[in-house]
Amino acid sequence: MRVFSLCQPLLALTLAPLLLGIISRVKAFVAGREGPPLIQPYLDLFRLLGKGAVYSRTTTAVFRLAPVVGLAAVAAAVLLLPIGGTRAVIAFPGDLVLLAYLLGLLRFLTVIGALDTGSSFEGMGASREVHFSSLAEPVLMLAVAALARKLDSISLSGIYMPLSFGTWLAAGPALVMAAVAMLVIVLAENARIPVDDPNTHLELTMIHEVMVLDYSGPDLAFILYGAALKLWVFGSLLVGLCVPVRTGWFVVDAGAFLLGMFALAVIVGIIESAMARLRLLRVPQLLVGAGALAVLALVLVARS
Amino acid sequence: MNMVFLLTGIAIMMAGGLAALLVPRRGHWASTLGSTCVVAGCITGLIPAVRILLGAPAEVLHRSWSVPYGSFHVELDALSAFFLIPILLLCALAAIYGIEYLRPYRDRKSLGASWFFFSLLVASMILVTTARNIMLFLVAWEVMSLASFFLVTFEHEDEKVSQAGWTYLVATHLGTLFLLAMFALLGLHSGSPELAGGTSPVKAVADHANLLFILAIIGFGTKAGFMPFHVWLPEAHPAAPSHVSAIMSGVMIKTGIYGLLRTLTFLGPPPAWWGWLLIAIGLTSGVLGVLFALAQHDLKRLLAYHSVENIGIIAIGLGVGLLGLSLHSVSMAVLGFGGGLLHVLNHACFKGLLFFGAGSVLHATGSREIDRLGGLLKRMPWTGWTFLVGAAAIAGLPPLNGFVSELLIYLGALEGVRTTSPLHLLLMAGAVAGLALIGGLALACFAKAFGVVFLGEARSADAGGGHECGWLMRVPMLVLAAACVAIGLLGPLAVLSLARAIAVVGGMPENVVRATIANPRDVLIAVVGVSFILLLLTAGLIVFRRRLLEGRMVSSTVTWDCGYARPTARMQYTASSFAQPLTRFFQPFLRTRTALTPPVEYFPPSASLATHTDDVWREKGYSPVFRGAAWVFSKLRRLQHGRVQTYVLYIAVTLLALLLWKLR
Repeated sequence: MRVFSLCQPLLALTLAPLLLGIISRVKAFVAGREGPPLIQPYLDLFRLLGKGAVYSRTTTAVFRLAPVVGLAAVAAAVLLLPIGGTRAVIAFPGDLVLLAYLLGLLRFLTVIGALDTGSSFEGMGASREVHFSSLAEPVLMLAVAALARKLDSISLSGIYMPLSFGTWLAAGPALVMAAVAMLVIVLAENARIPVDDPNTHLELTMIHEVMVLDYSGPDLAFILYGAALKLWVFGSLLVGLCVPVRTGWFVVDAGAFLLGMFALAVIVGIIESAMARLRLLRVPQLLVGAGALAVLALVLVARS
Repeated sequence: MNMVFLLTGIAIMMAGGLAALLVPRRGHWASTLGSTCVVAGCITGLIPAVRILLGAPAEVLHRSWSVPYGSFHVELDALSAFFLIPILLLCALAAIYGIEYLRPYRDRKSLGASWFFFSLLVASMILVTTARNIMLFLVAWEVMSLASFFLVTFEHEDEKVSQAGWTYLVATHLGTLFLLAMFALLGLHSGSPELAGGTSPVKAVADHANLLFILAIIGFGTKAGFMPFHVWLPEAHPAAPSHVSAIMSGVMIKTGIYGLLRTLTFLGPPPAWWGWLLIAIGLTSGVLGVLFALAQHDLKRLLAYHSVENIGIIAIGLGVGLLGLSLHSVSMAVLGFGGGLLHVLNHACFKGLLFFGAGSVLHATGSREIDRLGGLLKRMPWTGWTFLVGAAAIAGLPPLNGFVSELLIYLGALEGVRTTSPLHLLLMAGAVAGLALIGGLALACFAKAFGVVFLGEARSADAGGGHECGWLMRVPMLVLAAACVAIGLLGPLAVLSLARAIAVVGGMPENVVRATIANPRDVLIAVVGVSFILLLLTAGLIVFRRRLLEGRMVSSTVTWDCGYARPTARMQYTASSFAQPLTRFFQPFLRTRTALTPPVEYFPPSASLATHTDDVWREKGYSPVFRGAAWVFSKLRRLQHGRVQTYVLYIAVTLLALLLWKLR
């Protein structure tokens, strides 16, 4: 059992960049292009790790520390995730709070790293990042609280392990609402359309990409890899809910989970191809809407 | 024996304070003498506090006192000891810090008086947390308020400072008025002016518990800074010298929390709505406190609003605890009270640290205006890095101490989400979501405060000339930063030390609390495990990165500004622009006033933008009431205009009225 628990972080650490590859491949396919190979993110990471670095004279050690601690924080968060019916490597009551705050640590460091450059662009991105994330965090908590009530546990493993098709039959509407709220969070926290456009470095509209404008070489590799892991973390919270295959055979459960993750990447790619980014003023409305869905989910599970 | 230590500590402090008054007015002897005695007194007092908290039995001293209803009745139990530890620790550090901080004032101010009131404040806080007689408590409470008033108005020749001082004095006395009523009722119903704890509540008190609870919430809440009784706090804390701000924000407002908890021990089993009320107050204070902090331009004012926010978090914890008591859920009660109490200690550590840091910035640059600062980390590395630790801790980030106490409150609320009836469930979910929102906004606010003040380039000449503070100011900041890290990594031990204090607050048997607290302890052990994994990964990645960059080209250049050739420091993002999306989103609560002169035509001659966020409660709530009162009283002035004949008429009319009343 313990061995299977260790598989989850290993899968996350190796396959997370693949999700980014799938997304860009899907976007290229929809646009009628061939697109980069699926392993392009890995190639990018290796190329960046092989380069030197350029730093701004304005920056301090904070700028150099931020990508390192940020990657460590999100990697530690990966250890808290259950996969299929398998317990997480580290599971305890309230681990979802630690998960959320580890990602908060990543965000705090990215933001102060951006402010360290003194660039007005990066300040702008940092400002938007904290704005949207501070609204997204309560939504995630409410959605998980609804699941916690339904499955009578306050640990992620305790919530996700017993989740099954039976749970969906018993509380389908509530789970749908929680899942939609989580999907919005996945898109918002990972700088995806309709909240942020990962392809635009130089427009005044983007959020995450602009904060890391001054990074280069290994630091940028750490940041890109950290972003991939972050997508994996949020994605597995959603996929664990939506793909409740719990046969007890690790290979089947994990396989279904992986297929779910890839399907999520495809869905994200399709969303990015099909819609435009929202106006910045509309984004909080989207997040508040997701929050309303999470509250409804909570009301529904409270009733039953 | 423990009591002797405590009283000796008070005596040393007061002797030092009096001696500081008597030494020659100019010169540094007053500082040295006053500070040394406060430090010595605090260390003497810490010994019994730690011993009691670790398991020594509570001690009582009861002597008669000639004041009506008064007696010198002090008791040192686990709850008192728990509050004494942050008080004594922070006051000792503030006393060390104060020596250097007050040095520039040496030639124009009487430092002796300042140190006298400082030691008086510390001594009165010790008495407040140990007094067990109504009169003694109220006297100590009043001395505490007055001593801090004189400390706040240290720079009273500044109009703003003296205004802030008056606001504080009025607010604190209005609060005391409710306390007076509360204690009078409590004494009346319990039949004794002694606040003897530990026994089951008197029935007459329990019958009037609701009224007493409301009075305590208002009276003690005014001191603690519960919204909407907080209006004095963002005025007084920034006005005081920084080491005093640290004490007031870090520990003095906690005496309000202490008073509330002590009162609860007399009131018997709480109904559910007490928990609801405290959670509602906590959510209001927490969310609005951090929002107002986001909108501030003054670093110390920002920190003062964060005190309101953190008091809100503490209130949420206590509310969860009370709800747990009323629903007979021991684990909710232990988690809520435990988280609230631990947050009292944690907030003392990081808020003290942050105010020291702000003081150091003010000392070096002469400015508290966030938008005029910038790039200070390079010139003030000690202040900057310790401030970063404090900022991460107050935002509740792991592996620091703020996370530990917030996690306990989260656990209590999530436990409520899991187990309580649907109605309570929604309240608990509200607490969870509220804590998450507060956490996210606090992160935004401290990213702003740290990022704009310490990172980037200097935004004005003031900031360009900043210098690092001396060791007397550095050491207290280092100690507090170390405490933030230590409590974060030793969370399981910290939570165990709370058991006796929780038992006093909840009126629960100690062994029950100890058995229940094992669960959060195990949770915190896991958290510490993750924290160490985090630190190891960080260390590993740092080494990995260094290996990678070895022998490669690492160059430095200007910040890349998308091809713009002449970037200046003024083009940096400012604190106001950083917070603008959030302040605009929450505009209905903040009501920020904006004065905008937009640039016109192609070569605009001048343009300006000024934003100001007044406290809504002050502007819309208190000011009209006080203006109304002033108007009413100004009408009364007609009675007194100096004409002797009319005064004789008043006397005659009064006598006549009395005569008629007697004849009736």
